[in-house]
Amino acid sequence: MNPLQGQSGRGALGYFALIAVVVAIGAGAFIYTAGWVSPERLTPEKLVASLAPPGGPALGRRRNHVKGVCFTGVFEANGAGMPLSTAPMFVRGQYPVVGRFNVATADPNAPDGTVPVRGMGLQITAPGEEVWRSAMITAPFFPVATPQAFYELQLASHSKAPDAMKTFAAAHPEFAAFGAWATSAPQTGSFAEDRFNSLNSFVFTHGTGQRSVVRWSLVPTATPVPVPPDDLAKRAPDFLEQEIAQRVQGGPLRWTMVVTVAAPGDPTADPSKAWPQDRRSVDVGTLVVQQVQPDRDGPCRDINFDPTVLPAGVTTSDDPFPAARSSAYRVSFDRRTAEEKSWPRTAPEAK
Amino acid sequence: MANVQQFALLQRVLHWFMALCILTMFFVGVGMVSSVTPRYLGLVEFHKSLGILLLILVAIRLAARWRYGAPALPATLPEPLKLAAVSSHYLLYGLMIVLPLLGWAMLSAGPYPVVVFGSLRLPPILPQSEFLHTVLWDAHHYLAFAFFALVLAHLAAALMHALIRRDGVFEAMAPYPTREGN
Repeated sequence: MNPLQGQSGRGALGYFALIAVVVAIGAGAFIYTAGWVSPERLTPEKLVASLAPPGGPALGRRRNHVKGVCFTGVFEANGAGMPLSTAPMFVRGQYPVVGRFNVATADPNAPDGTVPVRGMGLQITAPGEEVWRSAMITAPFFPVATPQAFYELQLASHSKAPDAMKTFAAAHPEFAAFGAWATSAPQTGSFAEDRFNSLNSFVFTHGTGQRSVVRWSLVPTATPVPVPPDDLAKRAPDFLEQEIAQRVQGGPLRWTMVVTVAAPGDPTADPSKAWPQDRRSVDVGTLVVQQVQPDRDGPCRDINFDPTVLPAGVTTSDDPFPAARSSAYRVSFDRRTAEEKSWPRTAPEAK
Repeated sequence: MANVQQFALLQRVLHWFMALCILTMFFVGVGMVSSVTPRYLGLVEFHKSLGILLLILVAIRLAARWRYGAPALPATLPEPLKLAAVSSHYLLYGLMIVLPLLGWAMLSAGPYPVVVFGSLRLPPILPQSEFLHTVLWDAHHYLAFAFFALVLAHLAAALMHALIRRDGVFEAMAPYPTREGN
């Protein structure tokens, strides 16, 4: 046979079939990897969709913690964090900050006074464009131990089945502590009086081999004044934003950044479990909030407070949440930036 | 096998190594975006690093193509197939160049820090912009699927040349030297 003319007839047919099989295997492996034939896989899309309020998500806006207000200021490092981590923003000095106070709801119409959890997104930038982003909440521990359980919590809380939450709580005993906290812990009337906690653990590294698993909190210098829940519910729907915008007019607001170091055996992978009170803690600096801007036109609008955007000297730990949050926040960010028309800036030139 | 001319050794090494990397990119890419497990972060970093490596490799490959050229397609190849061969190669080169740049630009517009190979911080190549992020995200996403489809077609065509037509086209890029090749 002349190879230049090639195969013909029955032989060629067999080879065509073989080629078709090779291509089909390639396409099939791709489809499997993409999860298109794995409905049981927890994808970031499912996680984000599970957060939506009954009327659907607020287009153009964050898929959770949708209500908020931007702030700018500085992080004043005192140098005490340097032995723990080589993060450049721990070197004594001032570093610019963009952040966002928020209310932990996916419903933009939920009155502030009815939401038990509040949050803070924070971005600290050091020279050399080293960026540290985090997103913290006021709860002292997370409601559940795993991302899968968080997803199931969303399904249960949006479920119409009367005993959905009861069933969930029975399957996730750690949730009881959160329920108790959310219904009984004293609430303040201001973001400026709230303590914000990382809840997730991260690893601080310094030089060779020195490694500490840590959590951190931003502890207000203002004295918290408890407000009864009934009083909070009576306040204006956006009172938290109004209050902080007004309060900052009177001067900068401050929080101390406190880093808590885990001892061997502490539950570093489970944010639903607080660490014992006597763990070593280090005050590493002060967050100074100097200005507050509306969410819609403010400098925090476009920041995805992805907690895995970390500087040198800080990495993720065995806590499974930061990876899940990063993946889900990305989907939320991709969606809302694509929906800019649904929530346009009011001042087109504003950045 | 008469008149078989091979691509230069550098070109063949680049082709097969990049083929492996590009296939890996497709699977890592489509797998990572559907995951919320702790593997997610490592896959994303791997995807970014391999993308930058491929961008460097495609530059070397273009230079090699310019320097060494390519063996002529066999005269026996019908015109429509010749056209398909030539145009698909322009598309393959175009996508190899464009996809890593789209990824880098999309992250820049986020704005996300672009860190590859553990600690190498790349500068942003675009300013922050919701509009640009969305356009680039769509382009990266849809072109990646088109690229994968094109790679499958390329694979099918290569096998057709190797098994059915047996016209020396496959041997020109074969990972092994052919007797008459150089």
